[in-house]
Amino acid sequence: MTTTQEWKFTAKDIAAKPDLFLSGHRACAGCGPAGVLRLIMKATRGPTIVTEATGCMEVVSSIYPYTSWALPWLHTAFETAAANAAGIDAALKAMRRKGKAKQHIDIIALAGDGGTYDIGLQALSGAVERGHDFLFVLYDNEGYMNTGIQRSGGTPIGAATTTTPAGKVIPGKIEKKKPITEIMLAHEMEYVATATPYYWKDMLTKVRKGLEVEGPAFLHVFAPCPRGWRSEPAKTMEYAKLAVESCVFPVWEAINGKRQLSIPSKLIALAPQKKKPVKDYLAGQGRFRHLFTPQNKHVLDEIQRLTDERWQRLLQKCESSV
Amino acid sequence: MSSKEKGWKEISIAGVCSKSSVGFMTGDWKTYMPVRDLEKCTTCLTCVMLCPEGAIKWRPEMGKIEFDFSFCKGCGICANECPTKAIAMKLPEE
Amino acid sequence: MAKQPVKQEIMALNGDEAVAYAVKQSDVDVVAAYPITPQTIIVEKFSEYVADGEVNTEFVCTESEHSAITACLAASATGARTFTASASAGLALMHEILTVTSGSRAPVVMAIANRALSSPLNIHGDQSDSMAERDSGWIHIYVENAQEAYDSILQAFRIAEDVNVSLPIMVGLDGFTLSHTLERVDTLPDETVTQFIGERKFPTVVTHEGKTVPFKLDPENPMTMGPIALQNYYFEFKRQQEEGMKNALKKIQEVNAEYAEISGRSYGNGLVEPYKLNDAEIAVVCVGSTSGTLKVVIDELRQEGIKAGLLRLRTFRPLPVEEIRSALKNAKAIAVMDKSMSFGGFGGAVYHEVRHALYDGQNHPPIVDYIYGLGGRDSNPKAFRTIFEDLLRIARSGRIEKQINYFGLRE
Repeated sequence: MTTTQEWKFTAKDIAAKPDLFLSGHRACAGCGPAGVLRLIMKATRGPTIVTEATGCMEVVSSIYPYTSWALPWLHTAFETAAANAAGIDAALKAMRRKGKAKQHIDIIALAGDGGTYDIGLQALSGAVERGHDFLFVLYDNEGYMNTGIQRSGGTPIGAATTTTPAGKVIPGKIEKKKPITEIMLAHEMEYVATATPYYWKDMLTKVRKGLEVEGPAFLHVFAPCPRGWRSEPAKTMEYAKLAVESCVFPVWEAINGKRQLSIPSKLIALAPQKKKPVKDYLAGQGRFRHLFTPQNKHVLDEIQRLTDERWQRLLQKCESSV
Repeated sequence: MSSKEKGWKEISIAGVCSKSSVGFMTGDWKTYMPVRDLEKCTTCLTCVMLCPEGAIKWRPEMGKIEFDFSFCKGCGICANECPTKAIAMKLPEE
Repeated sequence: MAKQPVKQEIMALNGDEAVAYAVKQSDVDVVAAYPITPQTIIVEKFSEYVADGEVNTEFVCTESEHSAITACLAASATGARTFTASASAGLALMHEILTVTSGSRAPVVMAIANRALSSPLNIHGDQSDSMAERDSGWIHIYVENAQEAYDSILQAFRIAEDVNVSLPIMVGLDGFTLSHTLERVDTLPDETVTQFIGERKFPTVVTHEGKTVPFKLDPENPMTMGPIALQNYYFEFKRQQEEGMKNALKKIQEVNAEYAEISGRSYGNGLVEPYKLNDAEIAVVCVGSTSGTLKVVIDELRQEGIKAGLLRLRTFRPLPVEEIRSALKNAKAIAVMDKSMSFGGFGGAVYHEVRHALYDGQNHPPIVDYIYGLGGRDSNPKAFRTIFEDLLRIARSGRIEKQINYFGLRE
């Protein structure tokens, strides 16, 4: 990466920039991922090609004959966002060498949690290992929402989905959320970060930094889904804030492996009394409703314990990398 | 199929999209609509940034925010996030 | 021949090397591939060209065949000329993206070193792998020898990238029999190949901005590729693909004829290659390298006064129905050779197609199927003679004893 300078994305500049993810898409009212995509496209810095895995955002934005993409955009399959980026990158490199393409073109690969944590992980790992120049943005709504709210490797413990229903014996998903950013960081990538759209300035800065890397970069964006989470559409961005405040989803970035908390999470690290209990985040989401019963209190306690444990571990990692 | 839809010889190959979704209005999805109290609005642009639809436009030349009800799905994010509580969600007849 | 063919360099190459050499000469922008026996020599040889700076290609060693074909598809969508190679399980792993590639009208060229499918695991040659992909929307060409492998790869770029075709193409060469066997291959000078293939051409499309532009990902002319098309439009795009296939029938013949002028070599009309069929009473139909062996048998039989002939189906998709009918119009008994099985079907894939093609023709001779060579099982000229003996009996009696035969199988 050429620079670590903080980008000054002001609200007025960003708001004035025309949308590249266009109105008229068919996402549900209050869709977190749609809000994420609309925003992150505003952080592009020039000619850009977007490629996207099968998923909610692919479907809602490309229902033929309509498209919501003002940028060149390619979809091939579910597990292929990173392989698409690899192919585009290889093509651009070869064509530039031969004088058939002149300018530099940025590549953004988009995938949901299914297309990243699960079915797309192999292609992603391969493309990163080979060092293709692209920014992979994971919009994580914690489940296969497009197919009807099934669990993925990104679904958190305790959540009810249609394949991990809250039953009489099993209280929703019993496995933990896969630490995908740790996996990506282990690839020794130049830039890995997490973000939520509530802190949009932080998110856009990270998109821009990811694009500036000459090589692969990975951005994990937390994207609440009112349909799948059984939450109020109006509260989508509120959950994107509460997740940070409860340390369920801390925001941080790692440049060349050096990890540091981003401001919203750093403020909590500096003033731990501001850290909200996970209950504040979980309450109101229908997917966790079954946890607020006496027989499932142990699951709530376990979620708090896991959250604290991961937060402490993150703090240590940030400290040790300074 | 409706006669408006084109035959296979009339459309580009491979599903290259022929229309922008800005021609597909999603505004009729909503039940509630955002109503803004201009006295309270500070044009901080939080609503513009957080609207998933791009239905709230910042018009720098006029220094104004405009709601585009042809796309607003009535989710209420703008009302929920407005720091000065300048937006209320109301039924259209209210 | 109107023109004198160009002077060519005689090389000793196996089938895989012949493919790699053709790719080297074709100004390919992106090669993305994953190794699998018996295709490996192609990627190894090409890696040497890359390492020695003999090509200007971006070579991507992917982590799977699935990503190899996907990267080729995406590179092709970006405007690059692309090539990959696979076999067997690798091709099967690609299956999902094969239909995406054809549906996306990406003219990717792929060599298949044809090999058996698991299970049990078997690395040897048969055509189960690509025959399982007959409905994936790719053009299928099968070659007889290393020379034809070389020639067909060069032709494949011309065919696939024709703006009225715009479809991916697989060129099958029998695993080991061709892939690993050294043969004489006459190669064209680089500049002749460059001239013959030319720059990649693009069909035009109309974008959501109302612009008519070349079909590729370009920030100056943004377009949406690979959308979701529902009940109202999906079918129309499938019909368009069929039109591409129909256009390929013509294009393959044109390219075959043009190539003959340059090189002095042609393969029938590009679609089918008849051998001593004109007056043949008994005929065998086959796909791939077996035709080389069968020609030897037919020559022997001809010397003995037996009117035997051969039809090699070079192009399997699009199926040259008219050519099959016309080539076989005088045969009194026909045997079809299948190097793959269609379990629970009535014979193998080639049998289905040939028998189907003849249904509406004038001539309806008895037609039998010989499934042979699975998992690399050897078949020699002496053994093949028995097929012609069967056909003579059938032609004389007009009676079929056994319609589906497992040739060279122990009971």
